[in-house]
Amino acid sequence: MKSAVIVFPGSNRERDMLYALEQIGGQKPLTVWHQETTLPDVDLIVLPGGFSYGDYLRTGAIAGLSPIMKAVKEQADKGVRVLGVCNGFQILTETGILPGALLRNAHLKFVCKEVELEVATNKSVFTSAYNANQVIRCPVAHHDGNYFADEDTLNRLEAEDRIAFRYTQATNPNGSIRNIAGIMNEQKNVLGMMPHPENLIEAAQGGTDGRGIFESALETIA
Amino acid sequence: MIKNDVDITPELIAEHGLKPDEYQRILDLIGREPTLTELGIFSAMWNEHCSYKSSKKWLRTLPTEGPRVIEGPGENAGVVDIDDGDVVVFKMESHNHPSFISPYEGAATGVGGILRDVFTMGARPVAAMNALRFGAPENERTRHIVSGVVEGIGGYGNCFGVPTIGGEVNFDARYNDNCLVNAFAAGLAKADGIFLSEAKGVGLPIVYLGSKTGRDGIHGATMASAEFDDDSEEKRPTVQIGDPFSEKLLLEATLELMKTGAVIAIQDMGAAGLTCSAVEMGAKGNLGVNLDLDKVPCREEGMTAYEMMLSESQERMLMVLDPNKEEEAAAVFKKWDLDFAIVGETTDDQRFKVYRHKELMADLPINELGDEAPEYDRPWVESPKLEPVAAADVPAPDDLGKALIQLVSLPDMCSRRWVWEQYDNLIQGNTMAGPGGDAAVIRVGDQGKGLAFAVDVTPRYCEADPIEGGKQAVAECWRNLTAVGAEPLAATDNLNFGNPEKPEIMGQLVGCIQGIGEACLALDMPIVSGNVSLYNETNGQAILPTPAIGGVGLMPDVTKRVGNSFVATGEIILLIGAHEGHLGQSIYQRDIVGKAAGAPPKVDLAAEKKHGTFVRTAIREGRVTAVHDISDGGLLVAVAEMGMGSKIGASLTPSKDTPLHAWAFGEDQACYVVTVPATSAETFVKDALSAGIPTQAIGTTGGNELTVEGSHPISLTDLDAAYEGWLPNYMSAPDTH
Repeated sequence: MKSAVIVFPGSNRERDMLYALEQIGGQKPLTVWHQETTLPDVDLIVLPGGFSYGDYLRTGAIAGLSPIMKAVKEQADKGVRVLGVCNGFQILTETGILPGALLRNAHLKFVCKEVELEVATNKSVFTSAYNANQVIRCPVAHHDGNYFADEDTLNRLEAEDRIAFRYTQATNPNGSIRNIAGIMNEQKNVLGMMPHPENLIEAAQGGTDGRGIFESALETIA
Repeated sequence: MIKNDVDITPELIAEHGLKPDEYQRILDLIGREPTLTELGIFSAMWNEHCSYKSSKKWLRTLPTEGPRVIEGPGENAGVVDIDDGDVVVFKMESHNHPSFISPYEGAATGVGGILRDVFTMGARPVAAMNALRFGAPENERTRHIVSGVVEGIGGYGNCFGVPTIGGEVNFDARYNDNCLVNAFAAGLAKADGIFLSEAKGVGLPIVYLGSKTGRDGIHGATMASAEFDDDSEEKRPTVQIGDPFSEKLLLEATLELMKTGAVIAIQDMGAAGLTCSAVEMGAKGNLGVNLDLDKVPCREEGMTAYEMMLSESQERMLMVLDPNKEEEAAAVFKKWDLDFAIVGETTDDQRFKVYRHKELMADLPINELGDEAPEYDRPWVESPKLEPVAAADVPAPDDLGKALIQLVSLPDMCSRRWVWEQYDNLIQGNTMAGPGGDAAVIRVGDQGKGLAFAVDVTPRYCEADPIEGGKQAVAECWRNLTAVGAEPLAATDNLNFGNPEKPEIMGQLVGCIQGIGEACLALDMPIVSGNVSLYNETNGQAILPTPAIGGVGLMPDVTKRVGNSFVATGEIILLIGAHEGHLGQSIYQRDIVGKAAGAPPKVDLAAEKKHGTFVRTAIREGRVTAVHDISDGGLLVAVAEMGMGSKIGASLTPSKDTPLHAWAFGEDQACYVVTVPATSAETFVKDALSAGIPTQAIGTTGGNELTVEGSHPISLTDLDAAYEGWLPNYMSAPDTH
């Protein structure tokens, strides 16, 4: 399957993402500059981590206004898979493609560590490679990953099985409400998540727990 | 030439950090009174920070060459061959004074400066470290400075996108009013893709790229060349403001621009900004430089030539570009939305001419600005030699276990997790061993290579005996690289000292450099870059002499490495090296007994090399499962750390030849603790002994306690709580400043 990674000024995990997609998907992903207005014909669009526009104003706020985001939204509406990781997740909530917001971490500090994630549903194109309720290891690295949404939204996310990942209670690194680490849109073709599965895809990195997301989304395993 | 509208008075000269004889040197050189702008330029070029006038004589004695060294000191960073046409580019630099005045911004721009040094040479930064020294924990400002410095380092490095993978943190009252922030960065490039600052060709455009010039940081380098007093807070305007987002754009634009072939010479604007960068490019190429300041992108209105020449606004580059590639270059700048402007040109007259509003503000001989900078052979006295302390004369603890728990919870000994969890140490996906190990390891390229990084110095040893302390800093760094399986290649030095005009401080500098030189020579680890930070004094009180050494090691196969935690139960623990239990200047003596005294441990460089080479070979042959060097806190602390990391305990049998507390806490050099599988232990020891390596089995791994025969067992849980607890507890207490 073909994939593309969107690059904004200040993106800084796009190389990690390109590497992971190529390693797992077997094909070189395309790179799309934020000022483009159209997207190539791909099966997976990825918004990578980083500090787009230096996180100035609010994380993801300025990138959300980039010309390319209109095209991303159109493709998402058409059902094309979109994965936003870290700053990518923040951009997806800023543009309203995903509900809720990512607030400053509860302890007010940047945090880089490994956490445990519970696969809250494996009934999605992003998590099908995992077992239901499987607990995986995954690193986080962010300053603003404290997920928040109002009660109604949270209840709806749960009722519609749109929570992809939760931090285990003991490893919630940022104060996210209901331990939410990653959520999907209504059609479940858009996933936003704070942790970085792209940094845990091979034994040399200390584990392969992050592969499942890419294996699911790129359908590399039957 | 413009006329001065202010008088160049002795007071004004002194305010520029220039001594009367230095001013006379200026008069002799140019044959007239300098303009105010020229005075500013001289003050920028001739201060200690930029000219190394007190240290140059001694720096020349350091070994800087080796078969792998491609560029030694003198460029923005050192360049070292790591095979397959790849090079590693690295340097360490201090940002001490700004970090004390404004901890977040000072530390952040320290990181920004060192990253820029690396990518200016065409290398993409792949690793960062930092060596931090703070005041005593009980000092009312310390918590505030720790918090700001750590946040600043993270704030800049995380946004820029470089993994911060190692470093050191110390606390001592001697840094109360003068913290140290030494930032290290390393980058990767191809050997044929290195860019230098030497301008070539006459009449070529000099291009300014990056952020706009503002009034921040004016006289920063001059401030960094003076002592502090109680009014130092008023120097806040001399601290620069960092913008890591701009730096990230500048990185990508610079590397992209280099690929177009447009860059002839490049120099980042660091200390003394436009002045230093322009003079350096011209002087290195034996050319002249004309600058038209009206073209410089400015952030503020009405900036004078003087202000623009001394501004230390961050995230700026100066380059000489090939005019035939102007279009390609402009496209890159536009893509990244960066300000750029042609601000001058190279000339053949070897003059440095600066114009503002069409008037000539400065006209100076460019080579002499650098070459004729004063150089001093400052008087120095040797530090008095201290007698060694006999272990028997150092009181033993009532309870070994309690002493150990106390040791691992000391500010200087406890876990630094609170610090490094605020640094993105995983970005780029190549971190094979992050913070917390003897050395950090990243993988390089796709041929399976790796690089190891460590930064070390033990300031209390340096004060007690500068020569041995200098040697020990290099030896410990070399040992840490070795302990993961890397071959140490080269190092960068960051020499932090007090006021060199005091003979005893100068003696520390001279002694440490001598020790560093001896060790670098003996261990084949040349110094390829570095930085000197003097005048680290406040109200006459100098810091501990702190020559931090940042080392880089190569691993041909990055999978052939070990960590410093036990890996399995039932393994044999071996002690490698002659371990006599040296307690003089040990952490045990300083913090448990209460007073450091005597001579620090001797550094036997031949033994270091022999033992280290043996250990490295054993790692690469897969014969050892874990390795940890012995340093602060001694053998028992090393074993405790190996156990806490793995949650596997150990049973140890102490030596009968050494008093128990000396065996446990002595800080002998050239020693390692290693583990081997029980089945191969006997052969391993036999092989080591026949190679002339002192080696003895001291225990086995297993259980959840650390047991020293004849003493109460120590639970790993208690140890871990003590080790992990101190720093977060300290930092979460209310800020009193």
